[in-house]
Amino acid sequence: MSGKVAHDWRLKGQRYRLEGEECPHCRVKIFPPRDICPECHKPAKEPYRLSGRGEVYTYSTVNNAPGGFEEYTPYTVALVKLEEGPMITAQLTDVTPENVKIGMPVEMVTRKLRAQGDEGTIIYGYKFRPVLQA
Amino acid sequence: MDSQQVMHPQRPVGIIGYGSYVPMYRLPSTEVARVWHGGGKGPIREKAVAGLDEDTATISIEAARNALARAEIDPAEIRAVWVGSESHPYAVKPTSTIVAEAIGTTPYHLAADLEFACKAGTEALQAAIGLVGSGMAEYALAIGADTAQGRPGDALEYTASSGGTAFIVGPADEALATLSGSLSYVTDTPDFWRRAYQHYPSHGGRFTGEPAYFHHIQAAAEGILAGLQARPEDFAYAIFHQPNVKFPQRVARRLGFTQEQLEPGLLSNVIGNTYAGAAITGFSATLDVAQPGERILVVSFGSGAGSDAFVWEVTEALAERRSKAPLVSDYIRRRVEIDYALYARYRHKLLVK
Ligand SMILES: [Zn+2]
Repeated sequence: MSGKVAHDWRLKGQRYRLEGEECPHCRVKIFPPRDICPECHKPAKEPYRLSGRGEVYTYSTVNNAPGGFEEYTPYTVALVKLEEGPMITAQLTDVTPENVKIGMPVEMVTRKLRAQGDEGTIIYGYKFRPVLQA
Repeated sequence: MDSQQVMHPQRPVGIIGYGSYVPMYRLPSTEVARVWHGGGKGPIREKAVAGLDEDTATISIEAARNALARAEIDPAEIRAVWVGSESHPYAVKPTSTIVAEAIGTTPYHLAADLEFACKAGTEALQAAIGLVGSGMAEYALAIGADTAQGRPGDALEYTASSGGTAFIVGPADEALATLSGSLSYVTDTPDFWRRAYQHYPSHGGRFTGEPAYFHHIQAAAEGILAGLQARPEDFAYAIFHQPNVKFPQRVARRLGFTQEQLEPGLLSNVIGNTYAGAAITGFSATLDVAQPGERILVVSFGSGAGSDAFVWEVTEALAERRSKAPLVSDYIRRRVEIDYALYARYRHKLLVK
């Protein structure tokens, strides 16, 4: 496995399932996993799967995308505040940039993040979309 | 017809969770007609188009998450993840492992991709019935999903669309719809094909109707009705593969089913032909409205060619569990119309390098 492919493979728990951690001492939810609690600074390795629900905290529109993402421009990257507490940076999807608002309720979906050219792997991971209206 | 041709699992099984996904973009038929045929209308109103970041894996993942929400089981109890499609994202590397990892079923289960044109999803369902029905597994996940492509300008471009549905098969006593029996009917009929390394499919034109679609669906439907000693009027609903609106209506009429029985599951006018997702998304939309005790006939069709037929009976468990995930109508209502230019971009029909 090449270095890049191996790196993407190790991230699949958090990318595919929003797997973070819960601090056993102060119960803070942690994402992405870092094994040390950002609040009480004690070891925190208990896996915890986040619900994927949250709201847009801030956002910005990307018109000049970095390599691998050009295909998707223009797109919106948001800082999403998850209902369990952690802030997470992610691309928004199924939305036009002018319809994004601060405080907008969003939910996690799994989408294509990018493909490594025509011959490399396809990277899937979390994005957020406006909550589906039932 | 000999009733031995109807298949029954060793122990009773049913669907314990179901869920669908339809992308939000819609291409009206009038757009295809405008660009390629100088205007006019097409065979359907509009079709669902996958966004730039969607493919058969992402569609399958959301459908499977909806099925899991309704099944209310631990994903680790699932012993098979089977994805039927003709648009798997990789030529070599299973879609099913991506789906399995995303929904958290891994690692102790079977996983494979199935191919049989538009019946790949019901083929997966038959296999799941067998695995659970034999007692080898408590639960198995079967998915049919596609991001179908028609050659620009071809008649199929009006209808080839994106979407999919997932079912979790389990013991009948946990089911929201129990299986009464199933039957499969296949022959070697070259009505539609795509050779390796080709982007767009080819088809036999008028050859696709009578000897392919109609013959296989009628044979499968007549076989299962005879085998189960059932008549069309015993069913509340019937769903047939829906490459357009006319074919399922015509085959229903020939078999003795009414427009009312088709109604909730006939989606092709508003989402197009989701190929491996087509008959089963119609079934999913029918489960969204069905009541306990009602019987449902589902008959798929896949080019090449074959049909799978199933008879289901709805249980008391359905009403409460269907509220735990979005209905097909929720996805159909989430609708953003696009023109042919955006469609060409979303479906990678533009050469940018
Ligand atoms: Zn802590």
